[in-house]
Amino acid sequence: MSDLFRVENLSKSFGGLAVSRNISLSMAEGERLALIGPNGAGKTTFVNLVTGQIKPSAGRVVLNGEDVTQLGAVRRVRKGLVRTFQVTRLFSELTPEEHVTLTVLQREGKASRILSRFRGNSAVADEVHDILATLGLLEVARRKVGQIAYGQQRLLEIAIALALKPKVLLLDEPAAGVPSADTPRIEQALERLPPSLAVLMIEHDMDLVFRFAKRVVVLAAGGIIFEGLPSEVAADPKVREAYLGNYANARSVA
Amino acid sequence: MQTILSIAIDALAFGMVLFIICIGLSLTMGLMRVVNLAHGAFAMIAGYIASYAARDLGLGYAVAIFLAIIGTIIISIPLERFLYRRIYGSPELTQVLMTIGITFCVIGITNYFFGPTLKTIPLPQALSQPIDVGFRTIAAHRLFVIACGAVVAGGLWYLIERTSFGIKLRATVDNAAMSDALGVRTQVVYAISFAIAIGLAALGGVVGAEFLPIEPYYALRYMVTFLVVVSVGGAGSIPGAVIACLLLGFIDTTGRYLMPEFGNFFFYAAVILIVCLFPRGFLGRAQ
Amino acid sequence: MQVMAQAQTVSAAPRAKGLWWRDVIGIMLIVICGAAGYWLFPDNLALLTRIVAVALLVLSIDLIVGYCGVATLGQAALFGAGAYAAGIACVNGVTEPMTLIAIGALAGATAGLVMGAIMLRAHGLAQLVLSIAIVQLFHEAANKASAYTGGSDGLAGLMVSPLFGIFEFDLWGKTAYLMGFALLLLVFILLKFIVASPFGMLCRGIKQDPVRIRAMGAFVFPVLLKMFVISGAVAGMGGALAAISTQVVGLDSVSFELSANALVMLVLGGLGTLYGALIGTIIFMGFEHMVSAINPFHWMTMVGALLIAVVLAAPGGLTSLAEKLRGGKA
Repeated sequence: MSDLFRVENLSKSFGGLAVSRNISLSMAEGERLALIGPNGAGKTTFVNLVTGQIKPSAGRVVLNGEDVTQLGAVRRVRKGLVRTFQVTRLFSELTPEEHVTLTVLQREGKASRILSRFRGNSAVADEVHDILATLGLLEVARRKVGQIAYGQQRLLEIAIALALKPKVLLLDEPAAGVPSADTPRIEQALERLPPSLAVLMIEHDMDLVFRFAKRVVVLAAGGIIFEGLPSEVAADPKVREAYLGNYANARSVA
Repeated sequence: MQTILSIAIDALAFGMVLFIICIGLSLTMGLMRVVNLAHGAFAMIAGYIASYAARDLGLGYAVAIFLAIIGTIIISIPLERFLYRRIYGSPELTQVLMTIGITFCVIGITNYFFGPTLKTIPLPQALSQPIDVGFRTIAAHRLFVIACGAVVAGGLWYLIERTSFGIKLRATVDNAAMSDALGVRTQVVYAISFAIAIGLAALGGVVGAEFLPIEPYYALRYMVTFLVVVSVGGAGSIPGAVIACLLLGFIDTTGRYLMPEFGNFFFYAAVILIVCLFPRGFLGRAQ
Repeated sequence: MQVMAQAQTVSAAPRAKGLWWRDVIGIMLIVICGAAGYWLFPDNLALLTRIVAVALLVLSIDLIVGYCGVATLGQAALFGAGAYAAGIACVNGVTEPMTLIAIGALAGATAGLVMGAIMLRAHGLAQLVLSIAIVQLFHEAANKASAYTGGSDGLAGLMVSPLFGIFEFDLWGKTAYLMGFALLLLVFILLKFIVASPFGMLCRGIKQDPVRIRAMGAFVFPVLLKMFVISGAVAGMGGALAAISTQVVGLDSVSFELSANALVMLVLGGLGTLYGALIGTIIFMGFEHMVSAINPFHWMTMVGALLIAVVLAAPGGLTSLAEKLRGGKA
């Protein structure tokens, strides 16, 4: 029971099409895990299943020893199971400061108060300031999100997630679409994530994966085909086949 | 028994009128994703044209129907080209506002030209008599309307399922961008479908004038009814529209016969129940 | 880092203060307009009171459409609920005007609760159709229950006692106008606080992306339902005010036409600012009063053309124009 977070035999099929098959994995506190796989492997579906956006056909999701499979997305967030989105989902008319303030207020259970001022709480304001400072977003804190750079929007996704004080964080391609010049800033933000936080990252950028993760899980056609150290992943024949097709193994034989 | 039969005939005829008018709206909403609140305005224009042709010019009923359909389509072409094309794919609120705007304009302009009075469309001798069907008599007009509805349903089914235009139409409904890439001229498909939809609205407006009288606020009065029918049936579905029209026609007619003091109460209560149970309509496509 | 943060806080402070002052100026302008109406049009106070009542209805739509992004064509159901509740209470001996307003607010809020609970089950077109069906159902119910509502003849003969026991509701409608205007001002200020609260921000978030709001750990349904209740209370007060000032409640106060017109007023004025609701109502009803007197069909043509122009000139409606202006100023 030392696992902070565990997924058991999670499966999902749409009609007759199985998009997730018998996925099981577990994470300890403070773990850094990368989930990789070719396009269409079911990575985002996996995140959706774990965070409750879609209901699994079978299997369980366990957080802190508690079965959360029957809970909806909102309740899972409140239990500490938090995600970011592959394509940023932000409010283009609001500022980063407003995003994070709203998130902190929500976490404190104060977000639906009618007769208090949005910026009235100085403890909240301090916390928001700290989060934005950690992610280097202070200089754009009061600009509308629609007007800030895409790399900064990705950082804001992480800022919102952190403002929820999660126990488990699922990052869905945190560097996707970011110009390579800005990738170091994302990576820096990832390095600064709280040490006790269990982080599962989906990412295509292998350099980023190898520097970030201590353990790698490879997903192909909805099922796990590899689990192990980053240094072993490239040599695994199943992984090579999944990414490169039979062609890869033919070549390696030759 | 007599009452039940006459309710059934009236309900069926009224349902068919709703169907002829609404199926065009259903197609445009399913195909172009436009919440066209002005659909009834086109039925109203047709009613005014037919009334003018039959009553004031003394032309025959068939000629009046023909003129009404052609005239309404001609009026709708510039509207489609310059107004509707701008709101394809816009948020619902924008579409609602634009089409309410068009409705208001149609009402205002029509009444400026024709005056604010009820317009009748005199029926020909053959349709205004009762017909003896053996055990009792039925108004010929009712049978005519039911026949029109059946012909429209069958014709549309043939057009959509059996012709090459139908294939293009279904492809465009499924995926407009893909059809465009495959060489289907989607703008043309849109324009033709829009014209067909308007033509059907015109036909329904004229033959249905006995049920939905042509009057100054026609477009506004029945705007809600038509929209409701489409959303109950599911936008874009012919069978859905048939079921919705017959069911709602039945509820409305029965309510009026048996409990006239309740007006449309049961109609709208049924609508709320159905929409809550089937948010996409009976046979609407999953989103 | 610390220095930079300091600079941020300092530069941010005057901005917030500027917004605050803008609202104070806005509210002062409203007071000036209200007073000007009173002095300039002493013969048209009945119309002005009607404008105030409808302005409350339009404000209530702005809360739902402008701040939550839920399209509705049935808001008059809430207005009518307030009007009939106040009217029935008045006929049955509750004649104190402020109590009647409170009854209207309560009835509107209850109707808002019901309407929200039904409408929020659906999305998009189905939601719009539900809003219409609800107002039509209310309309038919009011028509049927003629023993209480007077049916199609309307509920007439409301005898309202003097305001605070002192100010009679006079023939010229002075008391009604001043009371209505004070009510509108109070509600407006209260709503300004509500939309600036965390709850208001949550609603704006839901309008833009409910999925994101859920991923932040907030439930969407109770927030929207709460806004429906607040909106219902505002609309209900408008209905009660209309009932008190005209001393009659007609079926038109719970009609699809009133709902659609009020939405049009809101869009002409601009969504999501609260000011737009007031401006749109005044412009729409002012012109309606003038043009309708000549020929009601000219009025329809005009409104129709105006709506089309708004949609074409600013493809997001006046919203986008208003936001562009705001963006330019900020």
